[in-house]
Amino acid sequence: MATTADHFQAHDDGAHAHDDHDHKPAFFARWFMSTNHKDIGTLYLIFAIIAGIVGGAFSGMMRFELAEPGIQYLDMFAKWFGNANPSFDQQLHLWNVLITAHGLIMVFFMVMPAIIGGFGNWFVPLMIGAPDMAFPRMNNISFWLTVAGFTSLLCSAFVPGGVGNGAGVGWTAYAPLSTYGSTGPAMDFAIFSLHLAGAASIMGAINFITTIFNMRAPGMTLHKMPLFVWSVLVTAFLLLLALPVLAAAITMLITDRNFGTTFFDPSGGGDPILFQHLFWFFGHPEVYIMILPAFGIISQIVSTFSKKPVFGYLGMAYAMVAIGVVGFVVWAHHMYTSGLSVNTKMYFTAATMVIAVPTGVKIFSWIATMWGGSLEFKSPMVWALGFIFLFTVGGVTGVVLANGGVDDVLHDTYYVVAHFHYVLSLGAVTGLFAGFYYWFPKMSGRMHSEFLSHLHFWVFFVGVNLIFFPQHFLGLQGMPRRYPDYTPAYEYWNNISTLGYKIMAASLVIWFINIIYAYTAGKKAPANYWGEGANTLEWTLSSPPPFHQFETLPVIDDKGHH
Amino acid sequence: MLANALPASRNARTGLIALGGALLMLGLGFASVPLYRIFCQVTGFGGTTMQVTEAEAATVQVAAGHISVRFDANVDRDMPWKFAPQQVTQDMRIGTRKMAFYKAENLSDKPVTGVASFNVEPEYVGKYFNKIQCFCFELQTLQPGQSIDMPVIYYIDPKILDDPDAKNVEQITLSYTFHVAAQ
Repeated sequence: MATTADHFQAHDDGAHAHDDHDHKPAFFARWFMSTNHKDIGTLYLIFAIIAGIVGGAFSGMMRFELAEPGIQYLDMFAKWFGNANPSFDQQLHLWNVLITAHGLIMVFFMVMPAIIGGFGNWFVPLMIGAPDMAFPRMNNISFWLTVAGFTSLLCSAFVPGGVGNGAGVGWTAYAPLSTYGSTGPAMDFAIFSLHLAGAASIMGAINFITTIFNMRAPGMTLHKMPLFVWSVLVTAFLLLLALPVLAAAITMLITDRNFGTTFFDPSGGGDPILFQHLFWFFGHPEVYIMILPAFGIISQIVSTFSKKPVFGYLGMAYAMVAIGVVGFVVWAHHMYTSGLSVNTKMYFTAATMVIAVPTGVKIFSWIATMWGGSLEFKSPMVWALGFIFLFTVGGVTGVVLANGGVDDVLHDTYYVVAHFHYVLSLGAVTGLFAGFYYWFPKMSGRMHSEFLSHLHFWVFFVGVNLIFFPQHFLGLQGMPRRYPDYTPAYEYWNNISTLGYKIMAASLVIWFINIIYAYTAGKKAPANYWGEGANTLEWTLSSPPPFHQFETLPVIDDKGHH
Repeated sequence: MLANALPASRNARTGLIALGGALLMLGLGFASVPLYRIFCQVTGFGGTTMQVTEAEAATVQVAAGHISVRFDANVDRDMPWKFAPQQVTQDMRIGTRKMAFYKAENLSDKPVTGVASFNVEPEYVGKYFNKIQCFCFELQTLQPGQSIDMPVIYYIDPKILDDPDAKNVEQITLSYTFHVAAQ
């Protein structure tokens, strides 16, 4: 088709054209005014890695503080953030700021940009045989709004937010803590950051929906789309319907804070509980927004390395649709302790457990895909197997927490922290690494080291389990979330959890070495480096794909491409 | 589908429909504020009490059971009032009309207008707690040092005896909090 341009590395050589077929703009125009879905995907991935390092560093600071009872490091951390002489309250406030920033960064500026903006932008057009996204300029706006949102969030850490600098309200930003509980501009910066990231994601969702509905290659019906494309389609609908509700809620926060309205203030007839309802009406679909694309990636990988089509393709696609639909009517299971009546709790308990059914369909279909397959344990497959295991553990504790009665005991304990990190930090992030190793040579044109990828997996797997599995015990013993200090009774498992963090951090070093290896010593990647199991459309293109692909649309035969 | 339309206009159409969906959800987000208020007023959700007219109250039959109401009073942290119930509890036959008094005193040297928020506990009996007259229905202005007795006239709806969740409730707490009214 076209040349195999080393375009992932084109930061320095993008200025000179390669051949008459594959013109690339000059550096600034290419990377700052980009309308190319692959370049924007690359930008999103680089951005997500940077944001992930920042958010991960924040979690490391918290883990070090939690290694022992008492306050050891917060004074030093507060000095890092420019407070030369922090009071004790300001140190504790910094703790809240770290928690808030870690949550918001990992959700809005790491997982979502990587899995939707990064892999979605890169591979949805390739997999459906489209030349680009439907609205390439809007795609560019989405990316730069995300960057602006991240900048706004970082700014908030350095301006007054009540007791000290920064917004210390948790990623949930519950009123009244986020209204008259946080004076100063830090909270406004954080809200503005969410507005920008939300607008970016809504535009991205519109882009994906339009692309997937209108720009599929001839013969690619909805029921022939690869499951990753299905997962992004469902995710885009969730974004489209959930994020505007968050936008409305945080806009009301802004007006409550600055313009004298009382949406969430009882003195004017408002109700702070309404904010919780609005937040979680967004917040619950949001967790599926983060995990569904990972489901799609895992489906592609398990199929590729089992050399079989996915078992129960239609069931897999509609299980994601079902998860998305039911995900909108279970939000109050985050609010069991807010005074819901027994009947309301019964409904939300039952509805939440229903989600285990389509989720179980997916887990069992992955296993059935592997059953009798010609398995090959290449690096993406090991990561995918890790995903299935870790996500299942998180799913099981999710079913435990779905019970309103049980949650009365476990609410806001480390059990909840362990649960959602198993599905997100371990689930979604493992899915991200699986996708990374699956597609990295396709994106860069260079092969990574399989040995380092496997090593990365095993060190990461040991590390994250050491971090989060003991937190189940801590939660069951009653250790509450969101505190920098605890009774010495909790020291043993907290110490192990911090040890796990160090191991996990070491695994990331292996990952970076692997990337450096790929660019310096990695072999050139052929078009289809995974062999016969990889049969979606991106494998028909060179690695990396040409700057513009599918100028003649591919025609899909009846054999199907899932 | 518009299979024969230009791709660009098809995309614009799909994109606009999607944008419409997003704007609709944005509107629903804001509409949730009045909808939530109406929902609470109609269903008694969150312990919201009911407001009834004299005419509606006149039709109520006194039932066999007894129930007790406990009175609670609070002020918001910026509210310079002393605010307390004049009685700790009241016992009554279910369906009987009762009058209770709260006393409020402005401790500041400025006139202060207050507004009361209210609910009952347990929350699920809100729909059976009917107020015929209440100081909480309107703003109250107290001059510096002024104190007033404020009445609330209420009854417990005998339908509470038909509700399996609520029929065994022996005591309902009626709670008020006075806030400085927004200017």
